[in-house]
Amino acid sequence: MPDTFVPDTLLDIRGLKTWFKTEDGMVRAVDGVDLHIDRGETVGVVGESGCGKTVTARSVLKLIDMPPGRFEAGQILWQGRDLIPLEQAEMNRIRAREIAIIFQEPMTSLNPVYTVGDQIAEVIALHQKLSPRQAMAGAAEMLRLVNIPNPQKRVHDYPHQFSGGMRQRVMIAMALSCQPKLLIADEPTTALDVTIQAQILELMQEMKEKFGMAIMLITHAMGVVAETCQRVTVMYAGKVVEEAPVEALFSDPRHPYTQGLIRSIPRIDRAVSRQARLESIQGTVPSLLNPPAGCRFAARCKYAMDICTQGIPPLKEVAPGHRVACVL
Amino acid sequence: MNAPPIVAPIVPGAPAEELLKVRDLRKRFAIKGGILSRTVDQVHAVDGVSFEIGKGETLGLVGESGCGKSTTGRCILRLIEPSSGEVWFQGNDVTKMDHGALQALRRDMQIIFQDPYASLNPRLKVGAIIGEALTIHKLAPTQKAMEDRVVQLLETVGLQPDHMHRFPHEFSGGQRQRIGIARALAVEPKLIVCDEPVSALDVSIQAQVINLLEDLQEQFGLTYLFIAHDLSVVEHISTRVAVMYLGRVVEIAPSRELYDNPLHPYTEALLSAVPIPDPTVKRKRIMLQGDVPNPIRPPSGCHFHTRCPIAKPDCAQRVPELRESKPGHWVSCHYRG
Repeated sequence: MPDTFVPDTLLDIRGLKTWFKTEDGMVRAVDGVDLHIDRGETVGVVGESGCGKTVTARSVLKLIDMPPGRFEAGQILWQGRDLIPLEQAEMNRIRAREIAIIFQEPMTSLNPVYTVGDQIAEVIALHQKLSPRQAMAGAAEMLRLVNIPNPQKRVHDYPHQFSGGMRQRVMIAMALSCQPKLLIADEPTTALDVTIQAQILELMQEMKEKFGMAIMLITHAMGVVAETCQRVTVMYAGKVVEEAPVEALFSDPRHPYTQGLIRSIPRIDRAVSRQARLESIQGTVPSLLNPPAGCRFAARCKYAMDICTQGIPPLKEVAPGHRVACVL
Repeated sequence: MNAPPIVAPIVPGAPAEELLKVRDLRKRFAIKGGILSRTVDQVHAVDGVSFEIGKGETLGLVGESGCGKSTTGRCILRLIEPSSGEVWFQGNDVTKMDHGALQALRRDMQIIFQDPYASLNPRLKVGAIIGEALTIHKLAPTQKAMEDRVVQLLETVGLQPDHMHRFPHEFSGGQRQRIGIARALAVEPKLIVCDEPVSALDVSIQAQVINLLEDLQEQFGLTYLFIAHDLSVVEHISTRVAVMYLGRVVEIAPSRELYDNPLHPYTEALLSAVPIPDPTVKRKRIMLQGDVPNPIRPPSGCHFHTRCPIAKPDCAQRVPELRESKPGHWVSCHYRG
C-alpha cells in the first residue's frame, strides 16, 4: 500500500475491517484488508469460500446490511475520498455513475418481473436526461454492444427468456450503461460453462478496452486470474496474504498458501501433471469467530514455526509491487 | 441406430476385462402440459450413448450443463429408468433386472454425489449414515461388528473414529464428501459412479478428495465412472475420457491422447476454453458462438453443426457415427479423424 496518495489510484482500501455480529459472536469476515486499484487496471482478488473477498467487494459499494454487519475500522478511499461516512444519497450517486457491480448468479440479480430493456433503461435514465423512448433505444444499443443477437427485439424479453451466459451479458450491459470507472465483478463466470465463460471473459476484456474502466475481479479460479488480471491480491481468512503482479505471483509465489493454491490445481497443458499426485493443503479454513492468534494460515502451513502463532505477520515488500504477509 | 462394435483392450496396457458396457442408452423425459397433463414434448437427455469401462479403469465423462452426463450415470444405476438401451454389468443386463436383483446389484455399484450438503440425511448421525448400507445388505451380524466396520471406513477416508457420533452439519464440505465416500465404500463395491464429486469444493480441499479417490482405487481395485465438467480434474484422474454434447458421445480416447490430439471440433473448443493458471502461456482460443441448443429440439444431423467452426451443409442432414479413427480413439464427425 502506498504511503502517499498517488493521483492515479482509483480505489484505495486501507485497513478495512468489516465484522458481522451473530448469535455466536463477532465474525471477523474482513479483518484488516489493504487493497488498491489504479485507473484502467484489472486486479484479481482470489481466495477460497469465506476468505472475505466478496465482503470486501460489497463493502466498497456499502452493500452490506448494517446491522448485522459493521465497519469496525479502516477507510475506503474512492479517488481520495472516504466512502464509509458518506450519506445514502451521495452513495447512490456513486453507485449509479462511478462504480458498478456484477454478481455470480445473474438470475437472482435481475428483476424477474421487468423486461431487461426496462431494467437497463432505468440505469440509463438515471445517468442522462432522456425520454423513455430514447432510454429504451439506449438499452437496445447496450445489448448490441455486448453481442446479444436481435437487440431491438430482445429488449422486450424477460430475464427468464435468456440463457445463463446471455443473462450475464445483460448484467454487463446494465453495469456498463452508466460508464463506470470501476467494475466490480464478483465471480462473474463461476455459474457458467467453460465455453460460455470464455465468451464472457472475452467480452469483459473488449468492454474494458472500449470504456477504459478498471476491473476488480473476484474469483476462486486461478486460471481466470492468470488470463485476465494485471495484479492479484490473495486473501485468506479475512486477510491479505500476498499481493503481486500476475507474472510474479505465478512464477514466484512467496506465501505458502499461495504456493499451495497454485500447485493444487490439475493442469491440462502440462504432461507432467498426469499421474502425479496433486499437492493438497491439509486441514480446513479456520473459523472467523475466534481466529487463531498470529498467522491465520499457521495451522495448515508446512513451514509453520513457533513465531508464526505469536504475532500477525505484516505485509512486507519483497520485490517491487510484490508484498507478502509471512515471516519467511 | 448401430452401436459401435465392441473393441477389446482400449488402452494399451489396460486390463482387457470389461466391467461395464453401455449400449445405445437413451433417456427421454416427458414434458407435461395443459390441464390434462398430457405429454406435450420430450427432452432427449441421453440420445444413444455407448461405451465400456475396463476393470480398475477410470472413465471420465465430460461435457457442459445439460449434455446428459449425470443422467447417463444415473441410468446406469437405474436411479433413473432408461427409456431404451442396454447396460451390461458383469454379464448381466441391468435394464432387465427385477427389484431383488437390482438390490443385490447395488452392492457392486455405488454413487457419490456432487452436493455433500444435500446427499447426507441431516437427522442421522454419521455412524448411522455409513452403517445403513451394512444393515440393508446384512453385512454386519452384530452391533459390535457394525461399529468396527464404520470405524474402519472412517479411518480409510481420513476421518476420526469419534466422528461417527456427530451429525453431518458439524462437518465441512470436504469432510462431508469423505463421509459420502465412506458410505459408498461400506458395501465393497466394484464400480463407483462419481457424479461431480469435487465441484462444490474449494481447490485446496478438491485436491485432498481427488488424492483420496486415487488412493482408494489403488487400495481396493475400484473402477470409476467420473462425471465432471472440470476438464483439468477429469484429465488428471481418468484413464480414458468420453466427451458428451447434447445427449451424445462425440469423442472417446485415452486421457492423454484426447488432450494432446483432440479430433472433434467440440472437444477442441472445449479444451481451448479452459483457462490455464499460468500468465506466460498464451494459447489460441477457439471461440464457440452462441449457447448450447435446446435439447427439446436438438439440431438435425450432427447436434453440434449449429456451433461448429468447420460445419458443411451435409452436417445438418447426416448423423455422424462414432467410429474408431486411431486405435482406441473414437470420434463422431464427418470431417475429422
